[in-house]
Amino acid sequence: ILLTKCEDFCKGRVDSRTIYVGHRPCHDPEAFIPPKFCDNRIVSSKYTVWNFLPKNLFEQFRRIANFYFLIIFLVQVIVDTPTSPVTSGLPLFFVITVTAIKQGYEDWLRHKADNEVNKYLVTVLEDGQRMRKESEKIKVGDVVEVVEDETFPCDLVLLRSSREDETCFVTTASLDGESNHKTHYTVPDMEQDLLSLNATIECEQPQPDLYKYDKLNLSCELKAKSLGPENLLLKGATLKNTEKIYGVAVYSGMETKMALNYQGKSQKRSAVEKSINAFLLVYLCILVSKALVCTTLKYVWQSQPGQDEPWYNQKTQKEKDSNLVRLVFFSCFLSRMFTDFLSFMVLFNFIIPVSMYVTVEMQKFLGSFFISWDKDFFDPEIQEGALVNTSDLNEELGQVEYVFTDKTGTLTQNNMEFIECCIDGFQYKYTDSSTELDGFCVTDGPVNQLQQKKEELFLRALCLCHTVQVKEPCHPAELRGFIASSPDEVALVIGAMKYGFTFLGMESNSMKVMNRNNEVETYQLLHVLNFDPVRRRMSVIVRSKSGDTMLFCKGADSSIFPRVRQHEVERIRMHVERNATEGYRTLCVAYKLLKPEEYALVDTELREARLSLQDREDKLLKVYNQVEDNMSLIGATAVEDRLQEEAAETMEALQGAGMRVWVLTGDKMETAKSTCYACRLFQRGTELLELTVRTLEDGGRNREDRLHELLLDYHKRAVQDAPPVKAGVTRNWSSSHQDYGFIIDGATLSLVLNSSTDSDCYKTLFLKICQNCTSVLCCRMAPLQKAQIVKLVKCSKGSPITLSIGDGANDVSMILEAHVGIGIKGKEGRQAVRNSDYAIPKLKHLKKLLLAHGHLYYVRIAHLVQYFFYKNLCFILPQFLYQFFCGYSQQPLYDAAYLTMYNICFTSMPILAYSLVEQHICMEALLENAALYRDVAKNAMLRWGPFSYWTLLGVYQGLLFFFGVRFLFGNPALQDNGQVFGNWSYGTIVFTVLVFTVTLKLALDTRYWTWVNHFVIWGSLAFYTFFSFFWGGIIWPFLRQQRLYFVFANMLSSVAAWLVIILLIILSLLPEILLQVLRKPRGTHSRQVLHTHTHTHTDRYYPHKHTHTHRHTHTHTHTHRQVLPPQTHRHTDTHTDRYYPHTHTHTHTHRQVPHTDRYYPHTHTQTGTTHRQVLPPHTHTDRYHTHTHTHTHTHTDGHRQVIILANKSLVKRTSL
Amino acid sequence: MPKKELETANRPDNTAFTQQRLPAWQPILSAGIVIPGFVLIGLAFIGIGVALFLTSRNITVLEMDYTGVETTSDCYKCSAGTLPNCVCNLYFTLNETFPGTVYFYYGLSNYFQSYRKFGASRDDNQLSGDTYYFTSPLAVCTPYQYDVNNNPIVPCGISANSMFNDTFNLYQLVNGSKTVPLDGRGIAWWSDYNIKFRNPTSDPLRNAFNGTVKPPFWSKPVFELDLTDKSNNGFLNQDFLVWMRRAALPNFRKLYRRITGPDYASGLPPGNYTIEIAYNYPVMSFNGRKKVVLSNVSWMGGKNDFLGVAYLVVGSLCIVMSMVMLIVYAKFKFPDDV
Repeated sequence: ILLTKCEDFCKGRVDSRTIYVGHRPCHDPEAFIPPKFCDNRIVSSKYTVWNFLPKNLFEQFRRIANFYFLIIFLVQVIVDTPTSPVTSGLPLFFVITVTAIKQGYEDWLRHKADNEVNKYLVTVLEDGQRMRKESEKIKVGDVVEVVEDETFPCDLVLLRSSREDETCFVTTASLDGESNHKTHYTVPDMEQDLLSLNATIECEQPQPDLYKYDKLNLSCELKAKSLGPENLLLKGATLKNTEKIYGVAVYSGMETKMALNYQGKSQKRSAVEKSINAFLLVYLCILVSKALVCTTLKYVWQSQPGQDEPWYNQKTQKEKDSNLVRLVFFSCFLSRMFTDFLSFMVLFNFIIPVSMYVTVEMQKFLGSFFISWDKDFFDPEIQEGALVNTSDLNEELGQVEYVFTDKTGTLTQNNMEFIECCIDGFQYKYTDSSTELDGFCVTDGPVNQLQQKKEELFLRALCLCHTVQVKEPCHPAELRGFIASSPDEVALVIGAMKYGFTFLGMESNSMKVMNRNNEVETYQLLHVLNFDPVRRRMSVIVRSKSGDTMLFCKGADSSIFPRVRQHEVERIRMHVERNATEGYRTLCVAYKLLKPEEYALVDTELREARLSLQDREDKLLKVYNQVEDNMSLIGATAVEDRLQEEAAETMEALQGAGMRVWVLTGDKMETAKSTCYACRLFQRGTELLELTVRTLEDGGRNREDRLHELLLDYHKRAVQDAPPVKAGVTRNWSSSHQDYGFIIDGATLSLVLNSSTDSDCYKTLFLKICQNCTSVLCCRMAPLQKAQIVKLVKCSKGSPITLSIGDGANDVSMILEAHVGIGIKGKEGRQAVRNSDYAIPKLKHLKKLLLAHGHLYYVRIAHLVQYFFYKNLCFILPQFLYQFFCGYSQQPLYDAAYLTMYNICFTSMPILAYSLVEQHICMEALLENAALYRDVAKNAMLRWGPFSYWTLLGVYQGLLFFFGVRFLFGNPALQDNGQVFGNWSYGTIVFTVLVFTVTLKLALDTRYWTWVNHFVIWGSLAFYTFFSFFWGGIIWPFLRQQRLYFVFANMLSSVAAWLVIILLIILSLLPEILLQVLRKPRGTHSRQVLHTHTHTHTDRYYPHKHTHTHRHTHTHTHTHRQVLPPQTHRHTDTHTDRYYPHTHTHTHTHRQVPHTDRYYPHTHTQTGTTHRQVLPPHTHTDRYHTHTHTHTHTHTDGHRQVIILANKSLVKRTSL
Repeated sequence: MPKKELETANRPDNTAFTQQRLPAWQPILSAGIVIPGFVLIGLAFIGIGVALFLTSRNITVLEMDYTGVETTSDCYKCSAGTLPNCVCNLYFTLNETFPGTVYFYYGLSNYFQSYRKFGASRDDNQLSGDTYYFTSPLAVCTPYQYDVNNNPIVPCGISANSMFNDTFNLYQLVNGSKTVPLDGRGIAWWSDYNIKFRNPTSDPLRNAFNGTVKPPFWSKPVFELDLTDKSNNGFLNQDFLVWMRRAALPNFRKLYRRITGPDYASGLPPGNYTIEIAYNYPVMSFNGRKKVVLSNVSWMGGKNDFLGVAYLVVGSLCIVMSMVMLIVYAKFKFPDDV
């Protein structure tokens, strides 16, 4: 018994915490031990002053390259080596210092941001006093005062509100993205004065789920009350429309729900860096094997008679001693061999370019300025441009495969607007002009008395059927404000106001409405049948002055239509569907007149259900369903949540670029779905696979079973039956391939992820389905769940590069989780921006950020990395080969100055300039042609294929350099005066060829010659020449040996040296030139990009992907095999029609038949239009160049198009 | 796009550089450029190649091994290294005139002047005449830094110690033997002779070397290397300078003399010649070979067929490739320059 008690006790300790309000124990003050909780400090920084140096150094030396250079440096210090320790120590020190300074600065910024939060002053009630305290000093149990528009400093239980009805309003925009006002309640029956309140709160240990808050108890002098989430105010939420509140802190600091939903900011590594590390390993292997080969050969060679110790090269006494010892101790022999091995390592260590890291860091740092400098990212509204927080990830922007986007504030403006309504089958559209304000103009149909009545009924319904509150304006000039738990309701009320019916507010259970004639109508509010997501509708029951009892109901079409008289439905259904496809949020409005006896029945039933203690929800639902039946449909509304500027275009571009877009939102499914439609993420033809609480409960079976069943079904449909998706092929909606969209909600997701049985199996199924869908929508997500999803995809097969974009604090965790996190500088605070890697003012900027900047960055850095490895390979290979000609004695081929300067001075600037300004395709073309993004997808330029090409090139050139000069030195008499050249001349000739070749190779690769490139490329060569003269022209007092004295000048005086230099440079570049010509696309005008004209008249009625929105760009992506005649055409976009092709062929000079559209079997029939076509020279897209076929169609009259699309669903439409 | 132009501090600069719109030349290597370019380069290379090849062909070279490995060789007796001051003769016959100024080289095989130790073991401070380093040579010179009596060695180090010390005299065999005068000036680099290497300023020269000893392998101290020409002594001895310039490869030749005597300025006339060799330098222990080389030079230096052949090959390669490209382009009508 004792044992179980103890267990209970322990369990109790673990599961819950006890909080003494105001630190006053309820009873027994003697035994009061204040419990220990963490303080209210938020820490996001990584270092402190004390641990910065060791921690930072440790982190830096975890980098394989830094560690390697450290080892090399130590070897050089310890062992007698051919080169001095300075050659590798100095660059290493430089790299480490620069990185440390950069990281230190970044951490300092984080400290500053933390302090801003932690030092914020809040009011705390302490011992009857109001005290101003820094936020970080709040302790659990403190009673905190918060005034309007302030953010809660920690998680609070609401004790008292200044509002009379014991409520307060809160917006959780920065937590879950919902910007509406939520009502929270004070602890019931709190009569006592707060200053002397003695109470304890039992609550669970902190946990991250925002919507869960169980086991809350407030016990106060033996009077226990149960608390729920409605009493808890979360840190990060903001108080609205309430003067002030008092609350007791229950969770503080890192234990608040917001902090628990954060994740530690770990350093993100880009995929390029991983490639670098892989290449590095390869080069390390090359290096080690070179050293091994040399060491082995050295001892083999020395074992031949006469080679070990020729008389002219006697060993020193010390070496002899060790030789002597070697006879006795074999181990000493080994140690000598090891020393030799290390010496070779040091000699060849330049093959791993230390300066690459400096150059890469510089490139990233300097390159990132182009993002913040870009004026296209400047938003005049907030007067800000883009912001770069992490420059390490620039190139990752060019590699994104999955985009996870928040909805509210990111895709949409979170700004609802009433667009139109439909009453009794007629469409009413509000035209925005004040002259017609009273007109409630009728666009269709006759104006008669009946009609008028219906209109008014409809508007009354809008005015009455809601839970909106009126916010009284602070001063009379302001417009009346409304507050509601859902922004659509406000939009509807405002919409009704525009048409003349104004909701004036509630006064003691009666609603006041001012009608068109400026009369105030009063309705008694009898019941509110609350909205719930299962019913998907809400109702009110009101009684008018005349005594009629009416029920007004509004809700989703699917939930209203079955409950109204069927003959009314058809007329309205058409409008509703049309509105829905346009991306509007539609609601249907119905009404029902209740007879007094009917009402009496309903009233009693409702009251009973409300008061019941068991199965209250079920009982209520039953009554609701019973009441909301047999209504008559009045009309429907369409509300628009305005999309962000160019949201649909941006999404389209991203999808065109091969990215998959997932929408992760905390919002409701319906809302999110309509947004997805509006953004063209879901299309008309998209088949939606839904995995939500609703579908799970459909079968009336065990949820788990149902889930299993659904997953298997969807998997079969979307994965198994679908034709395999070829990588790189755009989704063509005109192809036979069916598009799938997937919808899942938070509750189901946690079921999938945390399922007890075969959770892995569910997970894989889920992932497979999602990856086969063109778009995925996840709604009702908690912040941590968003991160979970990102992580799931991130860790899936092929580890795709993910990008998260969001604007609120609820997006922070996913921003941190994804490879690239983008913050939008929206209205919901700065948390997302602070935690993001890049911040942009608007969603539309994402397109340029990824398609133009990202692509260019990737190409630049990929080229930089490959080039660096290449140039060091052909630098060191001759030095390796020279060992065969110097008795494996570690004799360097090049002078020490050349060894040190090669990477730092002679060849570093051109590649840096290249990696900053190169545009192999100009920005306009990249933006125009999203498909170009696929060319570099999946790290295309840093895979093993390109890497081995560059390596082979390096080997080829290295061999050429060395042996070319070697054959020349078959007779070292190279001057016309018969004098001979020595070893330093040999090295200098090789080095000169080397420097010129690698620089010219870069020049060959440069596609965009600005003055910067000219300056650095020619400047480097000139500098090399100048430096060599200078270095060899002076007796340097600090040098022990004047090895290079006059060597360069003497070399230039030899005709043979000149000739061999020219020969070798040309010969080593020859294959490169050849390859470029053959691989390379034709078309000298390839990069003149013609601006497509932007008169895309967007079709409101038909927002699908295949916009017949007269996109006059016919963009063809040709995959050209250069030599072979059959050319494969891949049309990435838009239509070709039957009437145009002949014009195409004029300009295509390919051997090409007029292209029959194999992939797009659809026709356009045009009647009654005169099209004049002006066809400028066609341009087309291939690997590197974009040619845009630009057709200018001049429409001389309003045209009528019949479009027959050979899609699954045959759509016929005539536009007006 | 008509955008409201707001001049604010935050607004990014609208310059060509910041907007990545610098004016740029965007060249493309198209067939239209490359084919003519290849043809031009090919033709030029073939031209140069022919010139080089012919030049190289016209250079006369006479190479003779005198190591004395074969018993038939006159130097066989010396090769064992047991005879001090061994002298042997090398006979050769010219059937026609050896034209031009003839250069006299000696060559060594399997000799590694390119050893790291070999190159490092020298003291350039000594060699530039800094007498401080005469008394304390650099440590890199070991094992030839100090002798057994702890006297400093000047010039110190392996490089200097192993200096080639065979000497040659050339005689034309007409009516007995007629000395062919050998000119030992101008065989070392101008910069080495005039700037890099300096004798200590003391008169007579030997005074500067008081307290130092000669390298152990040497028979004469450095200030007595050339007894016939006073100025050709010390570190400025041209043979010494030539030796101190390390050869790149283990088989090398070094310039010994030029034949500039009045009778021989335009070449060696046909006839019989003998080279009298003071055979001092041991090479047999490491399987080395010694040889003498007589050669004339052209504008491109000594005889070297490689350069001419390489130019011809690369030139033809360019032509062939341009032809191939031309055919490919003609056949498939590449829409290169639309």
